[in-house]
This record gives sequence, structure tokens and C-alpha cells, in this order.
Amino acid sequence: MASVSVCQYHSGGFSFENCKRNALLEADINKLGFSSPAARKTGTTICGVVYKDGVVLGADTRATEGMVVADKNCSKIHYISPNIYCCGAGTAADTEMTTQIISSNLELHSLSTGRLPRVTTANRMLKQMLFRYQGYIGAALVLGGVDCNGPHLYSIYPHGSTDKLPYVTMGSGSLAAMAVFEDRYRPNMEEEEAKRLVRDAIAAGIFNDLGSGSNIDLCVITKGNVDYLRPHDMANKKGVRTGSYRYKHGTTGVLTKAVTPLNLEVVEESVQTMDTS
Amino acid sequence: MFPANVSTLNTYNDLYPDWTQREVSTGTTIMAVEFEGGVVIGADSRTTTGAYIANRVTDKLTPIHERIFCCRSGSAADTQAIADAVTYQLGFHSIELDEAPLVQTAASLFREMCYRYREELMAGIIVAGWDPRRGGQVYTVPVGGMMTRQPVSVGGSGSSYIYGYVDSNYRAGMSKEECLKFTAEALALAMERDGSSGGVVRLAVISEQGVERQAILGNQLPKFSTV
Repeated sequence: MASVSVCQYHSGGFSFENCKRNALLEADINKLGFSSPAARKTGTTICGVVYKDGVVLGADTRATEGMVVADKNCSKIHYISPNIYCCGAGTAADTEMTTQIISSNLELHSLSTGRLPRVTTANRMLKQMLFRYQGYIGAALVLGGVDCNGPHLYSIYPHGSTDKLPYVTMGSGSLAAMAVFEDRYRPNMEEEEAKRLVRDAIAAGIFNDLGSGSNIDLCVITKGNVDYLRPHDMANKKGVRTGSYRYKHGTTGVLTKAVTPLNLEVVEESVQTMDTS
Repeated sequence: MFPANVSTLNTYNDLYPDWTQREVSTGTTIMAVEFEGGVVIGADSRTTTGAYIANRVTDKLTPIHERIFCCRSGSAADTQAIADAVTYQLGFHSIELDEAPLVQTAASLFREMCYRYREELMAGIIVAGWDPRRGGQVYTVPVGGMMTRQPVSVGGSGSSYIYGYVDSNYRAGMSKEECLKFTAEALALAMERDGSSGGVVRLAVISEQGVERQAILGNQLPKFSTV
């Protein structure tokens, strides 16, 4: 007998007791000359587009920790199910863990129903989880996939609101990417055109937003097939140095040389083999 | 403007602009009018995060049941979650009853949730629809969780600009076409003046025959100003 109540407070979950303490520390710590540790955010440009045969998802590969690049080649397109992938912007740990949890639950759900999971199911699971945490899980997602009802694309915000659209962008570089989409998007594009459009949108984010950079990853999802193109475009290859500051051997003249052998005796030697079974 | 517990600890940072940290709000102008035989509901289509328009073609007229809709304003996440919950509850209730639910029941469910969790939520909802017992009805459930039936109701940030227009132009006993024109014009005026409202005008007519939906695109909106 299903109950009609919706909100059930779990005894587990987050404890927010330290928030007040952290706010006070934040104010005092700067006076001592230290800075509080920053959560690693993915900065990011992510986007997705629905085309004739399916969806194309795109992402940059830079992860930042404040103003420093923490990872030059991180993967922001996460697996949800064989026919559904999800790009994540916001706090790196939150997007990683959230997508893994929903991927796991969706696999169990799929085994229970005996059917390929639907994108709208993944969307519902994600939005209900994020709403439950009232925006404290900093995960902004672009969810895309192809199921029995065709291709679908959703944008999911940290507070739990979602939009179902033909093209979406998220992250700090989303405005740059959206500008490209608004200019060149057409319904029912061919695959090559859609891939070019997504590549250019991410490139706009990479070159015009400080929080995005490095390479462009693409994920093309069609009925029955997924092309995970990582990297699709290495837009920022490390350059080759034209000169060298190394000194050649013999640059410094040797005046004298004295060799003193150290007489050391082996006192004890024991060998412990590692269990590599 | 937002509840206190939504604020972030470190505030201004050039690398992450305002709209990556602000909650998504429907800004909005929504409206519903009763007529003989049904209701006309309308909404704009803009969803904002701070100064960025996150979705310029939003559908804020959400079906709760076959002939009951709700117009959502306030926090997008809150209203989507509430609407999903009430859709489930009303569907279950309708199966138990084995008949079409009353619009008042839907409105009561919204009120129950909006009042109980009033401190945590920011949602202004207009519930409108048709049922066999009382015909077309409009119930408004603003922020705070009050519920009242009104022949015409407006809501959202853009509603402030059109109270005068609505009060002076509403007449009891308008026909369906007159109600559609009245709603479209009121929404167009609000969208012209309110920065958080814009995009297209979405309209729906709910009656015994069912639901007819239409959208009025930007260039087809009624024009009032000559400047």
C-alpha cells in the first residue's frame, strides 16, 4: 500500500553543524595569513545537442583549484548506462559521485524492469536527489541519450530544476558556447555538422573562459551505438621548446679531483618476498 | 530575496560568474481566467539564473491531471518538485476514486505542501482546470501557502505591472476568445516591462472537450507602444 506522504527525513545524510564554525574561520583565517582550502571545481564548458540520429555531448578537460589548473586532462563525460551519458560541471567530486550513484541505481532498475533505461528516468533520479540536498551538492549536469522514445537532452541544475531542450550548455564557459549554438543550431542536423557545432561551442568556451581549457572530448550517442571520442580535438597541444638553457659538458673547467672511498660493511641482509598472488 | 541558507561562503570570484552560483528562478508572469465552460491559462517562457536566461522557451504550464494544470512561478527547482509530487498524489487519488479529481482537490494538495514547508520553499502557483462538478475554476496558492478561488488571477514578478490592466479590463461572462485575447495582451504588457519575463506567450484552454495549447511567438505578440 503506497503511502501518500512524500518527504521523509533520513537520519543519515549531511550534518551542517560546522557551517557556522567555517564561516567564522573564513573571516579570521585571512588575518593569520593563510587561505582556506578550495574545493576542486571543474570550471568547465559542457554542452549537448540533439541531431537527426541522436545526441552529441561535448566537454573541455580542465579541472581548476582556485586559479591553478589541477588536472589538464580530466574526463567530464560520465557513463550512466550503455545508451545514456552525462557531462558534469561544478564541484568535481559531486559530479563524479552523483553520476556514479545514479548509474548504479539505474543498472539495478534496468535489471528489474528488463528494459534498456530511459533518459527521462535518469533525469528524474538525478533531479530528485539534487533537490533533496537543496543545492549543497554542486553538480550542474548535461544529460543525454537515446532510448525507445528517441534522442533526449536535459540540463540539470544543482538545486534540482531541469529543462528538456534541443541544445544546452552549462558551466562557466556556457555563455560562450551558447553564443555559438544560438548562431548555428538547426533542427535535424547531420552527424558531422552536429559534431562540428559541438566542437566549436566547446572551443569557444576554452578560448574565451579562464575556467575551461585543454582538449575537447566528444560523445556521440545513437540508437545502439556510442562513440566516446577522447580526445576529439587537442586544441591546446604543449609546444616544443625552440632553445635549451642546459650547459654543455665541459663548460665548467675542473681544477682538482679527489676521490675518497667509503668502506662500508654489510651487517645484515634479509629478503622478504612480496605476496603477488 | 532568497532564503538565508542558500548563500555561498566565498562570494565574489571573477572566474565563476554570478549565474553559476545563483539558484534558477522562473522570474515570470503567469495568469489564469475562468469563463463559462472552462479556464484560459497563460505564462511567459523565461527562466533566469541571476542575469542569464537559462531557458528562453520554458513551459510553465504544467499538467497535473488530464484537465487540471498549474502555472509555476518562483524557484524552478521547488515548483518542479512540488508539481511532480502533487501529480503523483492526485493520480493515486483519482485511481482510488475511479473518477476525475476535482480542481479544488489539486489546489488543496498544493496548499498543503506549500504551507507545511513554507520556510523552505519559494513557490507561487496558480491551479486551474475543469471538472464535471463545478466547471472551470482558478485557485491561487501564492508564496506562504494561502489558497483562494478567484475568477481571474495573476502571479509572478511581472504581475505587479499588470494589476491595473487586469482590474480595469476584466468583465464577468467573457467568451473563450475574449479571455484568450485578454490573457495574451496582459502577458505581453508584463513581458514588455518586467526583465525577468519574456520569450513567447504560452496559452492553454481547458474545458470539457479537453486541452488546446498554443504559443504566440515574439514577433506576433500584441503591440501597445508606439515608441
